[in-house]
Amino acid sequence: MKAIKLSNISSVLLAGLLMLGCKGDPKEATTPDASAGIEVSKEQGQAFIEDDGSAPNILNVAVKSPDHTTLVAAVQAADLENALVNAGPLMVFAPTNAAFDALPAGTVEDLLKPENKDALANILKFHVTPGNYDKEFLKKFKKLGQANDQSVPIEVRGDDVYVGGAKIIASVPASNGIIHVVDKVMLPPQE
Amino acid sequence: MKRLTLQIGIALSGIALLFSGCNQGGGSATNGALSSSAAEKVYVAPGEQDAYYAFLSGGYSGNLTVYGLPSGRMFKEIPVFSQFPTSGYGYSEETKPLLNTSHGFIPWDDLHHPDISQTNGELDGRWIFVNGNNTPRIARVSLSTFETEEIIEVPNSAGNHSSSFITENTEYVVAGTRFSVPVPQRDMPISEYKGNFKGALTFIAVEPEHGHMDIKFQVIMPGFNYDLSHPGRGKSHGWFFFSTYNTEEASTLLEVNASQNDKDFIAAINWQKIEEYVNNGGGTKVPANYAHNIYDESRHMATSTMKNEVLTVDPTDVPGAVYLLPTPKSPHGCDVDPSGQYIIGSGKLSADITVHSFDKMLAAIEGKQFDGEAYGIPILKFDEVLAGVVKSGGLGPLHTEFDGNGNAYTTFFISSEVVKWQLGTWEVIDRKPTFYSVGHLMIPGGNSRKPFGKYVVAMNKITKDRYLPTGPEMEHSAQIYDISGEKMELLYDFPTHGEPHYAAGCPAELLKPNSKKIYRLDENNHPYGIKSPAEARVERDGKDVHIYLSTIRSHFTPDNIEGVKVGDRVYFHVTNHEQDFDVPHGFAHIGANTSEILVMPGQTKTIVWEPKQVGVWPFYCTDFCSALHQEMQGYIRVSPAGSNMELAWSMGE
Repeated sequence: MKAIKLSNISSVLLAGLLMLGCKGDPKEATTPDASAGIEVSKEQGQAFIEDDGSAPNILNVAVKSPDHTTLVAAVQAADLENALVNAGPLMVFAPTNAAFDALPAGTVEDLLKPENKDALANILKFHVTPGNYDKEFLKKFKKLGQANDQSVPIEVRGDDVYVGGAKIIASVPASNGIIHVVDKVMLPPQE
Repeated sequence: MKRLTLQIGIALSGIALLFSGCNQGGGSATNGALSSSAAEKVYVAPGEQDAYYAFLSGGYSGNLTVYGLPSGRMFKEIPVFSQFPTSGYGYSEETKPLLNTSHGFIPWDDLHHPDISQTNGELDGRWIFVNGNNTPRIARVSLSTFETEEIIEVPNSAGNHSSSFITENTEYVVAGTRFSVPVPQRDMPISEYKGNFKGALTFIAVEPEHGHMDIKFQVIMPGFNYDLSHPGRGKSHGWFFFSTYNTEEASTLLEVNASQNDKDFIAAINWQKIEEYVNNGGGTKVPANYAHNIYDESRHMATSTMKNEVLTVDPTDVPGAVYLLPTPKSPHGCDVDPSGQYIIGSGKLSADITVHSFDKMLAAIEGKQFDGEAYGIPILKFDEVLAGVVKSGGLGPLHTEFDGNGNAYTTFFISSEVVKWQLGTWEVIDRKPTFYSVGHLMIPGGNSRKPFGKYVVAMNKITKDRYLPTGPEMEHSAQIYDISGEKMELLYDFPTHGEPHYAAGCPAELLKPNSKKIYRLDENNHPYGIKSPAEARVERDGKDVHIYLSTIRSHFTPDNIEGVKVGDRVYFHVTNHEQDFDVPHGFAHIGANTSEILVMPGQTKTIVWEPKQVGVWPFYCTDFCSALHQEMQGYIRVSPAGSNMELAWSMGE
């Protein structure tokens, strides 16, 4: 019994030595660990592929728009870049900077805080529909199912289309869907 | 107490092991740690990419496969000589003409020897050329789109095997016949083969800008079998070397009758001299019948043109252009080292490798060191051209490539091994087993002036136990070896597709930046293409109905079509209006007697459907293009043959 215990101790010691002995050996660092898998950095994925050949996707269009810097900052804060370059099809209702500015003072700053990442993501996803419909086609709908799993109502007033109370003021087709520029931030209904 | 001592002993020996384990480094491990070091060398982590492209011939699959090295992962199968339902190649109206020949539409061939285009003897990564062995053809595949762009049939040839190797500025792609045949073909007794059958070596000029191929001339050689070939390079640029067997000119039981002569030949052809001769009006134009098929990327469509004449050259009409170098034991591989000095003949029934010297060959020609002639072609004295013999210790050398550091690597079929030997000293440096019966091997750039001598891939004919069994038919196995050190290190086994007869490889960076992402819609000149969904429509022309169909995530325009009748021929011209990398749409229609088509962004493809039954019949997108892929569908109403139903089409109404 004692001998066994001793042997356990010596193998623990041995293992400790082994780790010490190999510390700094670059090969040791890449030795596969059965449970760890491969780490994927935040900057990996479709959003980070350089592609000058394809037509711009929704993220490319948004990044280039001077009227949507707040929206882009919010997308980045919520780590949603990869979602906006997905095969989709995606329909994004993109509030302008002015729309964000119209929110009560401090709201945007608050949402951009790391601790509010989930709430921010929820709001942003409420602006995304899996689908691709132009403004005319949207008039056929009463409501849309949004990416945060809630529904948003559609109203037609004259020639105008309102989505969740926000008016579509412009539409920009993108390679993986369409962006409808809206004049208000759409707030998800409280459940 | 005794037990305790024992434990300490174990612990101490563990520490000793520990030290040897940690000091190993450097990659020259020869102990048990080798396996983990080998794993690291082929491991390409998720998100990382391979360092090399490898293009493996698919043999009887008729296709070319694209792999990454060192991982051995297959990225793509490029259809060349075979119909390929995955993309609709050879089924779509646009690609059917690529498979046209003088024998009609041929949906298959045996693809053998890929060779990447070169400039100044170095890989330039523009195109890859491959040969169809059975119904002789040479194809050119774009290394921007990774699609077959051109196929030219080779007349007066049969078993197009000593092909499709290119000269060092891609001036020519060369196609040598395996079977000698009557030239021109005619009704004659097989027993009169000897002296009457001929072997055509075809030089196909490659137009430098677009790569378009055109047969410049055929050298009509004696009726031997021409096995493999390689161009001279560097100092021997301007010459081409072909191995021959069956110089006995047997037409039956070749396994016995073609092994009678102790030596066959390597034929040395001074193609620059012959080029000059034909440019000055030399040669004889003879009637021929062969197809030349070109795919136009802007029209997304191939056309086939029949040609009816070819320029032939009798080698005895061009003195000083053709010589025969005696080479033992039915040589297979005919390989030229990066300097162009050594021509290596691998006598496939021999233990030795014969190396000829280009300088000695020129001196022997100058000094008229002839050992008779064959059909008027001078035979050079063996000893006057021989540079050296590699006493290999193996059996059945087939093919040699080079690492650019003065070493050659030869496969041995019978003894199942790769042998590394040194040019000049002819000494064997290393040998490693392959699993099993290796045919060809490939070092990226290994048949050019600038090899990338990091890895060699051995392609085997026999698989047996190398991976999990899959019934009597197994994919062939390949092994990859690290050749950066003095000794070769076996790293990895991987299955290949079809039967690789040869391969070509290059650094990833040569091709990666040029790989096409999309076809631009504004450059789509397909006669039935449409620039936007607004142009989608249906037109009737007698019994032919043309549907100009648009696809974009996630619907067809139109998706409801009426007015089609039994007995019509319905053409679906499908344009993919995506302009986004890697977003193809597929198209399939119930009862269409053809494959689906996979349409790349900006491309137009067409399939034909001949409805035979009245009803309402669906079509759908076969590629999981988007979250609403399963919604991407449509209907066609088929009315009876005599119906008055007018054409009507719509989407979203």
